Amino acid sequence: MKILVCITHVPDTTSRIAFTDNNTAFDKTGVQYIIGPYDDYALARAMELKEAGTANEVVVLNVGTAETEPTIRKALAIGADRAVRIDSDPGSSLFTANQIASYAKDNSFDLILMGRESIDYNGGVVHSLVGELMGIPAISPVMLLDVTGTEAEITREIEGGKERLKLALPFIAGCQEPIAEWRIPNMRGIMTAKSKPLEVIPATDVSDGLSTREYSLPAPKTGVKMVDAENVDQLVQLLKNEAKVI
Amino acid sequence: MGILVYVESTKGSLKKASREAVSYGAALDSEVTAIALGSGHNQDELGSLGANGATKVLIDNDATYDNGDSNQLASSLNKAAEQLGANTIIFGTSPATSAVAARLSVKMGSTLVTNISDLPDTSSGFALKRGIFTGKAFETVEVSSEKKVLVVKKNAVDLKEDGSEASVENVSLVEGGVSFEHLGQELTAGDILLPEAEIVVSAGRGLKGPENWGMVEELAQVLGAATACSKPVSDMDWRPHHEHVGQTGIKVSPQLYIAIGISGAIQHLAGVNSSKYIVVINKDPEAPFFKEADYGIVGDAFEVVPQLINALKAAG
Ligand SMILES: Cc1cc2nc3c(=O)[nH]c(=O)nc-3n(C[C@H](O)[C@H](O)[C@H](O)COP(=O)(O)OP(=O)(O)OC[C@H]3O[C@@H](n4cnc5c(N)ncnc54)[C@H](O)[C@@H]3O)c2cc1C
Ligand SMILES: Nc1ncnc2c1ncn2[C@@H]1O[C@H](COP(=O)(O)O)[C@@H](O)[C@H]1O
Repeated sequence: MKILVCITHVPDTTSRIAFTDNNTAFDKTGVQYIIGPYDDYALARAMELKEAGTANEVVVLNVGTAETEPTIRKALAIGADRAVRIDSDPGSSLFTANQIASYAKDNSFDLILMGRESIDYNGGVVHSLVGELMGIPAISPVMLLDVTGTEAEITREIEGGKERLKLALPFIAGCQEPIAEWRIPNMRGIMTAKSKPLEVIPATDVSDGLSTREYSLPAPKTGVKMVDAENVDQLVQLLKNEAKVI
Repeated sequence: MGILVYVESTKGSLKKASREAVSYGAALDSEVTAIALGSGHNQDELGSLGANGATKVLIDNDATYDNGDSNQLASSLNKAAEQLGANTIIFGTSPATSAVAARLSVKMGSTLVTNISDLPDTSSGFALKRGIFTGKAFETVEVSSEKKVLVVKKNAVDLKEDGSEASVENVSLVEGGVSFEHLGQELTAGDILLPEAEIVVSAGRGLKGPENWGMVEELAQVLGAATACSKPVSDMDWRPHHEHVGQTGIKVSPQLYIAIGISGAIQHLAGVNSSKYIVVINKDPEAPFFKEADYGIVGDAFEVVPQLINALKAAG
């Protein structure tokens, strides 16, 4: 079985978000990049399936510029067999999905694992877009995933709980915990990653009808009103009469 | 323009996010058709979407939709959109809608914009403000296509409520099968659903252990609130996984979020930063959460929370 894992290259979750060029570009100064936390779950589950002998090849894919290569190498260090980078700076979910779908269509994967959502663009839609473009199911968020032969059993989160489903391969899963434990690359992984294949392929043209006008930050909180611990009645009054939320 | 709004029900009653999506549609056009799919809707309630701005409501109550197959749902919406000549389809954000919206946008050949936090700016073109970086920033995106699929966040628009009724019409759009087999469901009974809640009472590692959640639940009950927790709390199995909010958990946008014994790590804030009001109770005056709060109490949760419960009960 061949698994494709789609990973994002995103600012570390503790990064301060700021913009430059008159608020038209993300300010990369001092930002540490990581594999998207949900994509990390997808990769970890793929590695477990490989170690269990269920999968024999794990390919990681990123749609991004050359800047993303250290992140892709990290995925190779965690254990993916080879990597593909589709060379472009994706501007929308639809653009990204088209790139992934056109690569995956020609390469017969049995399973495509993604994260539940990217933590930069936060669409939570690339899996379904790729699923629709390829004509296969896409299920998200997936908490457990087991494959037997050509079928899989999964647990997905639904509103107020979870449900178990059975479906035929191939399909796409948007992963979240507790599907697998995050992995960190070991020394041997880091060494071997350097010589693993990383193929760069050109992007296909997609017009998505969207363009960014500007970025902005939320208005900062104006300051907290402190209430004495001995006087919680005051908090109740403030919530009732000032905030009017209770 | 032609606007179609997809509406959902939870436990037989329409979601507020769906009513808001209808009001969003009404702000764009005077003709708004709402559509409900599946057997989980209360037929008598659907007409009340008129108050939120719907001119007409369609319902296809075929039970196969209840499986939640996004492809099947999107196919029917596509058909409805074609029949109505609608080129703008609006969804309220919910756990199930993004997959349906995504599929529909490909079927229609439209643009797709998610996490919309405001009405469009139409002063030149059609620009939408959307949340990015898990609520830490916004992007204003220009939409140049005629056909649009829009997924709107909670509180993006004021709910319209004018008491009018819309006509309700039964339709049959269902086609095709479901791509998976259901093996079983586990639902937490009776609780107020976290993503829907107007008030959320949340607690963290400061509570020391699962045995201390009684007062959190009591506070939530007094307020009619849902309960939530920080990630370490669910990681240690003090609370169920689906209660954890934050970067890697549920994103909530209630009117009021009360954080008890939670430090306010940036990953936690990412899940709660669109709350209207935040109350922080923490024994450490330096806890970062106070900087993001509207009201704060420095004190021991084991003393403050019981007092707060009493004060709320006394205030009625
Ligand atoms: C990639 C990544 C993703 C993450 N995603 C999430 C996420 O989605 N959600 C999330 O919550 N975290 C997430 N985290 C973890 C996050 O960084 C913090 O570790 C976590 O939020 C801390 O939880 P806490 O506030 O409950 O615990 P702590 O940080 O230990 O804080 C406990 C607080 O309780 C206070 N306290 C102690 N005793 C009392 C008392 N008696 N009365 C009142 N106050 C008291 C303390 O002063 C302290 O401020 C993530 C981390 C990473 C790296
Ligand atoms: N540029 C990209 N390259 C590869 N995979 C991506 C990219 N963007 C999104 N994905 C995948 O799609 C998932 C959902 O992303 P999103 O719809 O942006 O929230 C992510 O968790 C990734 O697995």
